[in-house]
Amino acid sequence: MASKQHANWSPYDNNGGYEKPKTLSDLLPSLNPNVAFQFSCRTCVAIAGSDYCVIAADTRMSTGYSILTREYSKICKLADKSVMASSGFQADVKALQKNLAARHLIYQHQHNKQMSCPAMAQLLSNTLYYKRFFPYYAFNVLGGLDIEGKGCVFTYDAVGSYERVGYSAQGSGSTLIMPVLDNQLKSPSPLLLPAKDAVTPLSEMEAVDLVKDVFASATERDIYTGDRVEIVIVNAGGIRREYTDLRKD
Amino acid sequence: MGVLVKEAIDVPPKGGFNFDLCRRNEMLLKKGVQPPSFRKTGTTIVGLVFQDGVILGADTRATEGPIVCDKNCEKIHYMAPNIYCCGAGTAADTEAVTDMVSSQLQLHRYATGRESRVITALTLLKSHLFSYQGHVSAALVLGGVDVTGPHLHTIYPHGSTDTLPFATMGSGSLAAMAVFESKYREGLSREEGIRLVCEAICSGIFNDLGSGSNVDVCVITKGHKDYLRNHMLPNPRTYVSSKGYSFAKGQTEVLSTKIMPLREKVEVIEGDVMEE
Repeated sequence: MASKQHANWSPYDNNGGYEKPKTLSDLLPSLNPNVAFQFSCRTCVAIAGSDYCVIAADTRMSTGYSILTREYSKICKLADKSVMASSGFQADVKALQKNLAARHLIYQHQHNKQMSCPAMAQLLSNTLYYKRFFPYYAFNVLGGLDIEGKGCVFTYDAVGSYERVGYSAQGSGSTLIMPVLDNQLKSPSPLLLPAKDAVTPLSEMEAVDLVKDVFASATERDIYTGDRVEIVIVNAGGIRREYTDLRKD
Repeated sequence: MGVLVKEAIDVPPKGGFNFDLCRRNEMLLKKGVQPPSFRKTGTTIVGLVFQDGVILGADTRATEGPIVCDKNCEKIHYMAPNIYCCGAGTAADTEAVTDMVSSQLQLHRYATGRESRVITALTLLKSHLFSYQGHVSAALVLGGVDVTGPHLHTIYPHGSTDTLPFATMGSGSLAAMAVFESKYREGLSREEGIRLVCEAICSGIFNDLGSGSNVDVCVITKGHKDYLRNHMLPNPRTYVSSKGYSFAKGQTEVLSTKIMPLREKVEVIEGDVMEE
């Protein structure tokens, strides 16, 4: 797996200065955080359980210190059993979603079935890596059920490196949320030998409760997270959606 | 004796800033070391003149980049019993500047035996800020009532000042000024004034990401002031998990253990008193 270089693509690595352009990334707007920083959607989280998957994101879209809208959904249903939440530059995210929707339609015509979540995960990775040197400024988590009906979460960087995990957080609130998830969901230390499985032990209700709580907590301390959290739950019964209010300041 | 003379010569200069590390820091910056970030109060602060005096208002959020580092800080600073000052900008600068000037005002009151005037505070603040050419990043709203009546001023980091019937400062100043411009009029009553100040601050809290949490208000009238700390609390936590959290032991693997026994108690044996 390619080494992740989050630091280079971090939405908060806004170096603020107006240096003269030196590198390719300074010249291309989509690579330059000063430009891509605008119209950003921020925090998203996904948790996989034994027979469910919870995908959540707040609904605030902002640029700089301004709120553009308090109800922008950044969760997108890609197939019957795969749902994507994205943070990053809104226009790139939209373009990525349209591209994936088109590819999925072709797949349906050719195979006469819905794409599975792991297949969609590989497609998303390929789509991102296809633009390796002019990337989509999008940080995605893909959640859903695999062919056995088990919950799965795939987490990405902007250029297509991906990994199947038990849970993940992306965006500006991820630094606040991820340590809590590590503590609550991945009880055994990663240093332990022999390595223990990282499957989420919570029930669906407990996972939804945890998601609401971590978003309320992230909103307390992250200025870009807030307004409302949209929670999508995928299980054998289908897809369910619910909302919880967050602080609006 | 020789030591005393040397100290008399090398007395550090009184007051002012120390620039000893400027050259070192410039060198580090050139080598690519990131300078530390400062706590900024990305802020909404406002003030207005009403029929009996002046009302100041502020939000209570302090940020460091995208992170809220204080959810309930105080941005309305004491200057004199009849003068208060709201601060926006680098938190350390606004606090240092207002503390310094309030101490100068206190000394001035001891020397003259009279109540401080707002114009005195204004002059001290602006001359300090101007002499540092905007490097002391404090944007202030100064208000008070003195022997000449109610006064409200804004002071910019470079030292320029305005005298206004209503004023806003900080990153939420546009949101707050929109409210003032549409609803301010002369001769507001105390209740109307407080309500308008709260509305302006709330506009900053909800529409500016740098401002947030609660509303502080300070009402200054002739010979009296009311500091209404947390006058409004419009942003309570929205969700608390029904079950608490348990933090299981053994999250960090113990690699080795070593136990040091405590030393025996030391006994002091009485001896001869040391000779003078």
